[in-house]
Amino acid sequence: MAVSGLLFIAFTLVHMYGNLKAFSGQEKFNDYAHHLREFGEPILPYEGFLWITRVGLLVALVAHVTSAVILARRASRARTTKYQYKKNKHSALSSRTMRWGGAALLLFIIWHLVNFSFGKVNPQTGETGAAAGDPYTLMVDTFDVWWMTVIYLVAMLALGFHLHHGTWSATQTLGYTNTATSRQRAKQAGWLLAIVIAGGFSLVPLSVMFGIIE
Amino acid sequence: MKLTLKIWRQATTDATGAMHTYQLDGVSEDMSFLEMLDVLNEQLNASDEEPIAFDSDCREGICGMCGLMINGQAHGPEVTTTCQLHMRSFKDGDEITIEPWRADAFPVLKDLCVDRSALDRMIQSGGYISANTGSAPDAHAAPVEKKKADRAFDVATCIGCGACVAACPNGSASLFLGAKITHLGELPQGQPERWDRVIGMVSQHDHDGFGGCTNIGECASACPKEIPLDVISQLNKDLRTAMVKGR
Amino acid sequence: MAMHDGTQALNQASNQLSDDAHGYYTRGENIIDAKAPVGPIKDRWTNRKFENRLVNPANRRKLDVIIVGTGLAGGAAAATMGEAGYNVKSFCYQDSPRRAHSIAAQGGINAAKNYKEDGDSTFRLFYDTVKGGDYRSRESNVYRLAEVSANIIDQCVAQGVPFAREYGGLLDNRSFGGVQVSRTFYARGQTGQQLLLGAYQAMERQVGAGTVQEFTRHEMLEVIVVDDRARGIIARNMVTGEIETHLADVVVLATGGYGNVFFLSTNAMGSNVTAAWRAHRKGAYMANPCYTQIHPTCIPVSGEHQSKLTLMSESLRNDGRIWVPKNREDCEKDPRDIPEEDRDYYLERIYPSFGNLVPRDIASRQAKNMCDEGRGVGPLVGDFRRGVYLDFADAIARMGKKAVETKYGNLFDMYARITGEDPYESPMRIYPAVHYVMGGLWVDYDLQSNIPGLFVTGEANFSDHGANRLGASALMQGLADGYFVLPNTIRDYLADGPFEKVSEDHPAVVEARTSVEERITRFLSINGTRSADSYHKELGHIMWEYCGMERSEDGLRKAIDLIRELKADFWSNLKVLGTADSLNQSLEKAGRVVDFIELGELMCIDALNRRESCGGHFRAESQTEDGEALRHDDEFAYVAAWEWGGDSLDGGQPVLHKEDLIYTAIEMKQRSYK
Ligand SMILES: Cc1cc2nc3c(=O)[nH]c(=O)nc-3n(C[C@H](O)[C@H](O)[C@H](O)COP(=O)(O)OP(=O)(O)OC[C@H]3O[C@@H](n4cnc5c(N)ncnc54)[C@H](O)[C@@H]3O)c2cc1C
Ligand code: HEM
Ligand code: SF4
Ligand code: FES
Repeated sequence: MAVSGLLFIAFTLVHMYGNLKAFSGQEKFNDYAHHLREFGEPILPYEGFLWITRVGLLVALVAHVTSAVILARRASRARTTKYQYKKNKHSALSSRTMRWGGAALLLFIIWHLVNFSFGKVNPQTGETGAAAGDPYTLMVDTFDVWWMTVIYLVAMLALGFHLHHGTWSATQTLGYTNTATSRQRAKQAGWLLAIVIAGGFSLVPLSVMFGIIE
Repeated sequence: MKLTLKIWRQATTDATGAMHTYQLDGVSEDMSFLEMLDVLNEQLNASDEEPIAFDSDCREGICGMCGLMINGQAHGPEVTTTCQLHMRSFKDGDEITIEPWRADAFPVLKDLCVDRSALDRMIQSGGYISANTGSAPDAHAAPVEKKKADRAFDVATCIGCGACVAACPNGSASLFLGAKITHLGELPQGQPERWDRVIGMVSQHDHDGFGGCTNIGECASACPKEIPLDVISQLNKDLRTAMVKGR
Repeated sequence: MAMHDGTQALNQASNQLSDDAHGYYTRGENIIDAKAPVGPIKDRWTNRKFENRLVNPANRRKLDVIIVGTGLAGGAAAATMGEAGYNVKSFCYQDSPRRAHSIAAQGGINAAKNYKEDGDSTFRLFYDTVKGGDYRSRESNVYRLAEVSANIIDQCVAQGVPFAREYGGLLDNRSFGGVQVSRTFYARGQTGQQLLLGAYQAMERQVGAGTVQEFTRHEMLEVIVVDDRARGIIARNMVTGEIETHLADVVVLATGGYGNVFFLSTNAMGSNVTAAWRAHRKGAYMANPCYTQIHPTCIPVSGEHQSKLTLMSESLRNDGRIWVPKNREDCEKDPRDIPEEDRDYYLERIYPSFGNLVPRDIASRQAKNMCDEGRGVGPLVGDFRRGVYLDFADAIARMGKKAVETKYGNLFDMYARITGEDPYESPMRIYPAVHYVMGGLWVDYDLQSNIPGLFVTGEANFSDHGANRLGASALMQGLADGYFVLPNTIRDYLADGPFEKVSEDHPAVVEARTSVEERITRFLSINGTRSADSYHKELGHIMWEYCGMERSEDGLRKAIDLIRELKADFWSNLKVLGTADSLNQSLEKAGRVVDFIELGELMCIDALNRRESCGGHFRAESQTEDGEALRHDDEFAYVAAWEWGGDSLDGGQPVLHKEDLIYTAIEMKQRSYK
């Protein structure tokens, strides 16, 4: 769980960095998208790197979701009679919403892939596949639809929550937080990554919506 | 002061329980929470209703026998054991809900009493240092760095009350487990069995149906002995090392 | 006087002249042989270990050992006997062996390690313990205790007990209970907890290995004696209510002390005398039952609802000053408004050389005297204010608040949590509380009671502390008994085993079982109006008033009458709801309370007979001209071992057997703290 989660973090960081290329204009962005596919050539075939990443992420996703399901089932079996009244003392909301947040993210990821990867659905023109336009156009068209932006922003909020707890939780699960200071640092890292990644991702849709990118 | 008490009553493990409401008058703020229940029980006995079963023994916060879910919080609103909670933490007219620890690994025996022998079984599965009586070298044979000795002591103060399990949304006993792993793992005497210990105890933990830890942290904030979350990190670290070593 | 082994007896056998308890008891034979070994004191234990027969390892599996109690004494014994390969069954009334009341000990454990090179030795620890016990203990036992003390520390460290350490990584020691050497090992304020967890873990290891079977939430309610040997116990499964028969080759009681006879004490709610008392009723002698230790620095009672008392470490007396107002009118005032000249620092006044550091019994007795005079402070409980001030204002001025906080911070926090008052701001209130009992079942040198096959260890026996116990010595005794003494003495008994199997329908077994069942039925069928708890409270009041720190002939007679009335009322007016076949805490309580009532009666008779001030108690009729305790070695240097003689309601009287205390290694001296 922690390992696959950290892999996601690494991926999302790179992914976010890529997305921010949108600010350098259509050409640079499309170049980048293209470059991703040529990365590693000639050692790797065209799209080789991309596929390795995709397979890696898929394996991680399966591992991550499987562990999540196992944990959730263990938890529900561990307490079949619920409290009539239960208060939570000091835990963060993010820590108690990992499951629902995670499920939301899963739905989101599926749509996200349909939207930008496998399906390439342009919500504005209704076109799919190559007709949907180059990556840049597809992106701008998508975020020009206000409710699309809202979906993405909500997903990023969920991601922020997930990362806020997930980052610290992963370091704890891996046994790197044996002192009060290291725990403090892991929690700070959680905040940092949540803000940077969720914030970074949100910049693009927001910018499109507000017409900074068109 | 006058209180409304909503208390879980359940005749036996297999019986279905329910919340019952009682009124109690004349509670003084110097009473401990359990003394307040003693007074209620005297009142029930006088009115021919069977007194409420709840556990306590030392009543000074060290044996770990007491433990109630009070207004949704393990051991109530303060950082202390149920027996050391005093009525001055409440005020006149309050409504207080009282439930037993809830976890399938801690079946309810009656009313507010639960069976926590799963914690003993974890200790049986490795929570010790094997040192047969009479076989010990002189106590000064192995000096222990003070920092380590202090950390070992700090986490060895766990009283085995089970509040961590009760408070955990996952029903995990990782704080209890981590405390023992850390205590014995900090000491030179604990090294030879270190890796077997963690594997043995974790397997027993999972076998008894405790949930898995997702690092929420409710356990540490419920713990009356303020065992810190870093023992869970230590537990994970030891577990990882043990697995790498192929135990 | 020369003894037959060549050692020299330093005192003569006692010759009691007074007979205050006349009419309350009958006299039995003196105990002549407590099986203590002969020869020079330092060789006795070594010799005994050698003389005692061994049990073939292959035979051990076939020997069933019942150990009731999982405190230091029982837990350590179960672990050790399990390791040795015996088939052990361990019982406790809590839900886990780890919760035995040994867990609550704070201060520390003594051992003659002499790690500080301050002149400590086995002999000095022996000497201090006998002297501290006011020469009422058996010297051979005490010497053995001092001798094995060092091994205890080694054993505990090997198990991972996190004792306090110095920066160099070696063990730290402190001086405790007024002795001049630093021989007390400690784990912050939780020594008992850490030692018990060590023993508990060792025992759980054996449970895992299959040599020890544990029975938690089981209360022992009867001993089974077959052909004059203890062969098992009857226990009630406290969850299902089932009455279980457990048979074995030998039975060990390690069931702790009976301080709860006073209702309010520092003992746990469930601490009881039932196991010991049932054995007593089956023939085991109860020795020196009136020897109780009262601890001076406890948090006072706050009202009628109080269920137990909490101890605060005695170390507080090192820097705090104890006082009460000179005038009764000031008792309700805010202490900070009472000027210096209106305060009575009574310990400093009466005992100028020891001041606030006088021994426990003196500090306790004087506090009660002040309150009885009407100069107590704190809330009115009944007609009296039961508390005296323990003031840190001077200490804070002298050392600074920070220093006081480092030294006593956790105690101050505990006080604040329980009372809701801030001890840094205004003085604490303290009052004495019953803390420990030196009395217990009589055992010989091998820790065997007068019923063959019934061994008794830890606080439950009477053996090592005489009439008063030194601080940090009970933990030492519990572990000495459990790890080192019992396993070495019990083997001599077991070498004759395995004994012939007893069947569950043997008449003696059936008798034991039915008597337990009948008693339970009786509790449930009285259908009166009073809860068991209310009887317990009333008994506690009687005991505290008349059989507490200061006793008098008249008071004790009165107490005996009151207790008898209470007992009769109990049997006619008790009310226990619920059923026998379920978890029923009122039922458990009823059984314990009636045993306490019977014990209380015997304690008063024992106290009445002992017309001397000694150890922890002050007998009003035996004091020096200036009101200090006066011991009578010529009359009372003996162990009073009482045999059950039937219920007083049926006209029964206890039978007194005396065991003379003859010292060869140490000379008796009167103590003086003036
Ligand atoms: C608050 C406090 C502080 C103390 N501090 C110190 C100190 O600093 N140093 C020191 O040396 N001593 C101290 N003492 C004294 C010391 O702790 C005890 O004397 C000692 O621990 C007793 O140990 P034990 O094994 O004999 O009995 P316990 O630990 O009391 O164990 C009794 C066992 O018997 C079981 N039991 C009892 N009755 C039954 C029954 N009927 N059926 C089944 N099981 C039964 C119980 O379940 C328990 O397991 C202190 C005592 C108290 C109360
Ligand atoms: C596919 C959808 C996802 C689901 C269903 C999901 C679900 C979960 C669940 C239930 C947990 C366990 C709760 C916990 O450990 O506190 C978890 C942990 C975690 N998740 Fe996700 N998650 C998803 C996507 C992601 C993504 C996209 C990332 C990274 C950007 C991520 C990073 C993490 C991390 C780092 C952890 C902590 C791991 C640990 O403590 O061992 N997850 N996830
Ligand atoms: S870790 Fe804390 S909450 Fe959990 S059992 Fe130990 S003392 Fe109780
Ligand atoms: S009763 Fe012992 S900790 Fe509360």
